[in-house]
Amino acid sequence: MRVFAVAEHRLGEINPVSLELLNFANKIKGDGTSEAVIVGDDVRALSSVLAGCADKVWALSGSQLEHYNPESHADVLLQLFEKEPPDLVLLGNTSQGCELAPLLAVRLRCPIVTDVVGASVEGGLIVSRYIYQGKLMVDLKLNRTPCVLTVRQGVFKEGIELRGEVTELRLTPSKPLRRRFSRIIEPEEGEIDVSKAEVIVAVGRGAAPSLKLAEKLASLLNGAVAGSRPVIDSGLLAKDRQVGISGKTVKPKVYLALGISGAFQHVMGMKDSELIIAVNKDPQAPIFNVAHYGVIADVQELLPKLLSKVEERRK
Amino acid sequence: MRVFVLVKHAPSPESTLRVGADGKSVDPVCLTYDINDWDKYAVEEAVRLKEKYGGEVVAVSVGVNCDATLKKCLAMGVDRAVKVPVEAGFDPYQTAEAIVDVLRGERFDIVISGFMSQDTNNALVGVLAAAMLDLPFATAVVELSVEGDEVRAVREIEGGYREEVFLQLPCLVTVQSGINEPRYVSIMGIKAARSKELREHVVKLRGPSVFVERIYVPPTRRAEILKGSMPEVAEKLVELIGSKGVI
Ligand SMILES: Cc1cc2nc3c(=O)[nH]c(=O)nc-3n(C[C@H](O)[C@H](O)[C@H](O)COP(=O)(O)OP(=O)(O)OC[C@H]3O[C@@H](n4cnc5c(N)ncnc54)[C@H](O)[C@@H]3O)c2cc1C
Repeated sequence: MRVFAVAEHRLGEINPVSLELLNFANKIKGDGTSEAVIVGDDVRALSSVLAGCADKVWALSGSQLEHYNPESHADVLLQLFEKEPPDLVLLGNTSQGCELAPLLAVRLRCPIVTDVVGASVEGGLIVSRYIYQGKLMVDLKLNRTPCVLTVRQGVFKEGIELRGEVTELRLTPSKPLRRRFSRIIEPEEGEIDVSKAEVIVAVGRGAAPSLKLAEKLASLLNGAVAGSRPVIDSGLLAKDRQVGISGKTVKPKVYLALGISGAFQHVMGMKDSELIIAVNKDPQAPIFNVAHYGVIADVQELLPKLLSKVEERRK
Repeated sequence: MRVFVLVKHAPSPESTLRVGADGKSVDPVCLTYDINDWDKYAVEEAVRLKEKYGGEVVAVSVGVNCDATLKKCLAMGVDRAVKVPVEAGFDPYQTAEAIVDVLRGERFDIVISGFMSQDTNNALVGVLAAAMLDLPFATAVVELSVEGDEVRAVREIEGGYREEVFLQLPCLVTVQSGINEPRYVSIMGIKAARSKELREHVVKLRGPSVFVERIYVPPTRRAEILKGSMPEVAEKLVELIGSKGVI
């Protein structure tokens, strides 16, 4: 199979998922090729990083390609695919991939599956992905090529080394753009940086009523309170307290996850914590797959007990 | 301004989830359905646009049993609803094609959908529809306003960063949770909804492009579960936390 991996970069750095796409490509390409594609105004330096994991690298550059824009990026990618037809196109399951992938799929008139975490190629392409926020999985069969897949970050970390050749092409979008990039807005700095805390008491939707107690526990442990997205969305905690892909990545000594289901978007932000303890009343909650220790209980019942034990111990 | 909002009547991930007897479906017996969580934000945003700029909001839903969700939209302030009574199954392409079939016969300025559905988590229907209709689009939008003949959209990207983009009208956006605070359905709203139009739009699907082989409970690395009475468990937790030298 001829597998193309569409790389991603921001502020001069390759998103590591790009290399993971190539690892994935190398695993399933069979006697075909893994080919990285990178789009930007000057992508020479980044191309050589990709070349270390690819049979070939396509560097698509042009003055109108400085900023990511799904319209211009899809346009030049399609110009390449017209000449170099892919069997499979891989993108990261990221804020860029989520836009570009379906646009490419419609233009290539081909099937698409997002957030893929596994694949097999014997007897046709079958891909695996989670559904119901991580509670179930599905294997899907794709009967036609080409296909477009977005791949979850952090899954295909290991791969082989290659020495691909870089081909540079200067391209211009063929149509006027109707979406205009304006600017990147930096995250607002809050009063504390949760990524520096040694202990994090993380409050999920299921622990929102216990926020006050959670704050008390965090302060007893000299730690910080953080939250999952719904708790931030509802305004209970400030945005800079959000842990996950669209918030902070944290690696504290202790991460106490209270009433958090364990959706992948949250887990990506805390999975490398030294000690993860999860409290959830649902024994099926996916958070128990990343936690080292779990308690199946109602947070509202457990938290007061835990607080008094910690207070005792500190005396 | 005419705004179309795309909504899904979707099973809640909080339902008890069991694999169906065929090994290719989710047992429907235990599923509880409601409007997809992300779509509540979409409906709220659409209704706010109408309240600000005037015009009409139309909700579209694909599914044989989506009436309850469409009625909820009408009660939230949507003016009329279109139901496409087909089961698109797992393939978001089919859902998008059904929606596009409705939209082709309508005039609109903005189409809004939720970022993804809470059951299949594909995050595809919105962009697929935009691509099929050749509309400019932006996903995961957390701020939306109309400025002249453009839409200003702030989209959420990774790590707390956001990206500001401008889209020419007509356009499509998918909204991220937290963009607004969806209103509750009021008694007044429910009464008003009774006299609003809910029509069916019949389409013929072309058949799926992906096929479900198997649905199963994910293989897992389980946490060690602490057992005992509440005080015993609390004691064990203190030991564990203490072992990291942080108490
Ligand atoms: C593009 C994108 C980006 C995202 N970014 C992030 C991100 O950065 N961070 C993030 O967190 N999420 C993010 N999300 C959202 C994510 O998908 C989940 O929706 C979210 O993490 C769920 O939060 P939760 O676990 O608190 O809530 P829920 O999923 O509602 O889970 C609540 C849990 O609490 C349990 N519970 C309820 N009551 C109790 C009780 N009394 N005692 C014990 N347990 C109880 C329930 O069993 C359940 O497991 C993102 C989603 C998308 C699509």
